[in-house]
Amino acid sequence: MDSLVDIRNLSFHFGSTTVLSNISFSINKGDFVGLIGPNGSGKTTLIKLLLGLYKIQKGIIRINGKEISHFSDWGTIGYVPQKVTNFSDTFPATVQEIVLTGCLSNKKFPRRYTSEDRKTTLDALKKVEMQGFLNRRIGELSGGQQQRVFIARALVTRPDLLILDEPTTGVDQVTQNKFYDMLGALNKEGISIVLVSHDLGRITRHVTKVASLNKKLDFYGTHEEFCSHPDHDADHHCLTIKHGSDCKEPHCAKESPRC
Amino acid sequence: MLELFQYAFMQKAFITGIVIAIACSLLGVFLVLRRYALMGDGIAHIAFGGVATGLLFNLTPFLGALLFSLVGSLGILKIKEKTNLYGDSAIGIVSHAGLGIGIFILSVANGFNVDILSYLFGSILAIRQSEMILSIILAIIVIGVIYLFYNELFSMTFDENSSKTFGIKTSLLNTLLILLTALTIVSSMRVVGLMLASSLIILPASSALQLKLSFRNTLIASVGIAVLSVVLGLCLAYWFDFAVSGTIVLLNAVFFLFIQIVKMSFRLYSGVLSVSNND
Ligand SMILES: Nc1ncnc2c1ncn2[C@@H]1O[C@H](COP(=O)(O)OP(=O)(O)OP(=O)(O)O)[C@@H](O)[C@H]1O
Ligand SMILES: [Mg+2]
Repeated sequence: MDSLVDIRNLSFHFGSTTVLSNISFSINKGDFVGLIGPNGSGKTTLIKLLLGLYKIQKGIIRINGKEISHFSDWGTIGYVPQKVTNFSDTFPATVQEIVLTGCLSNKKFPRRYTSEDRKTTLDALKKVEMQGFLNRRIGELSGGQQQRVFIARALVTRPDLLILDEPTTGVDQVTQNKFYDMLGALNKEGISIVLVSHDLGRITRHVTKVASLNKKLDFYGTHEEFCSHPDHDADHHCLTIKHGSDCKEPHCAKESPRC
Repeated sequence: MLELFQYAFMQKAFITGIVIAIACSLLGVFLVLRRYALMGDGIAHIAFGGVATGLLFNLTPFLGALLFSLVGSLGILKIKEKTNLYGDSAIGIVSHAGLGIGIFILSVANGFNVDILSYLFGSILAIRQSEMILSIILAIIVIGVIYLFYNELFSMTFDENSSKTFGIKTSLLNTLLILLTALTIVSSMRVVGLMLASSLIILPASSALQLKLSFRNTLIASVGIAVLSVVLGLCLAYWFDFAVSGTIVLLNAVFFLFIQIVKMSFRLYSGVLSVSNND
């Protein structure tokens, strides 16, 4: 079995509200999963369960065959959150200080950085083309650049699985496309990816699987299966794929009236 | 003029003051960034209740303050956790309970022969050897713990959720941070007094945060400002016969203001430059 993540019959409630209901699927090594669904459909909740940030109420999550409550090898998982807690533009921290914290997951008390850590930090920043910003304060960077720094922080331990929760909110389209290309390249290098996004059209070129969430898992399969499914016939993005159009870019489906 | 460094009581004051300034100013950066700036104030009020209780039962006030502030700070955390109070209310509730206890005991006991004012406003020049040693031990514990957990504390101050995925026990560290605040307040009680104890936590950190430095340099700047204000404050107080605690805190406020003014004039200056460049 080379399934990296295995989710079985997972349900989750906030008080009396059901947020996730009986979800089962697995992510294989090398998958690039696009996790889609409307606002409030439970995407972030699912990811937080996957990361052990919420306690599991019902069902099982296994990572590398290990139940999540016993899993401790967090260095193999990189996480880029939807929003970074406590962080404001006045926070006194340099890019280097932030990316280095990613190394903490591989360490035991007293957690101290080595020169090797400084090297992998620089390597990770090179991957996201931010090596020139090592000593800049995080607040002085643009939103897209900040997001790259957080990805570098997640990459610094060379994880097997990278989980990104809507990493491109507030990032312009050109940068978004470049960003998704970068994720595609990382995936080709062998890193499995779970990417939360509202906009399937924008990420189709790279994802190998689509998971459509709305409390329940509406659909899980390849992108082609998603579009050939009768439920998704009306999906704007799938129509474009099926009937073709004069658009060169497959991901411009929603914006342009021509498509 | 420099004879002040020869007096034993001044030497004691300098040593105690500097060690405590370091502890307060280090802790302050974490607390201010975690939006716990008023934690120190709250704990100081609780400690006041402890001092009064200590005096009432003939314990050392130091011990009373320590016990009360440790229990009280844990109480604040628990209330924060278990109830849905908004923002700082948990601090307000526990700290006013502590203040109430203190004032109640004072009024019932009808005054003590030990001067409660020296705990409220500090009396570093009259500090006893045992108190000095105790203060220094507490402050060194605080500095040591911050040193040991520096990387974890930074990480969780910046991004708590991600830090959890790094395997950092954030709620444990958070509790530790609050307990350290209690130790810090009690250790600085005799230096600046409970009324002003939290000022050494908030002011140097806030000044340093204005400077837009890296995290490490912000800590260094905060310590520098705090130590400078203690040394300068003690000297000024000696030369001009000022109240020590008031002088130290005022100097901190002056530093804050000074940084603001320099920043503002710099901005004004570069504004003038860019306008003239546009011509
Ligand atoms: N801490 C919380 N307490 C109570 N309810 C919550 C909490 N966090 C989320 N919810 C609810 O759980 C549901 C799922 O939220 P979640 O954040 O997982 O959605 P999402 O799919 O990530 O949405 P978005 O696209 O807006 O990020 C929502 O209805 C939300 O109101
Ligand atoms: Mg979300």
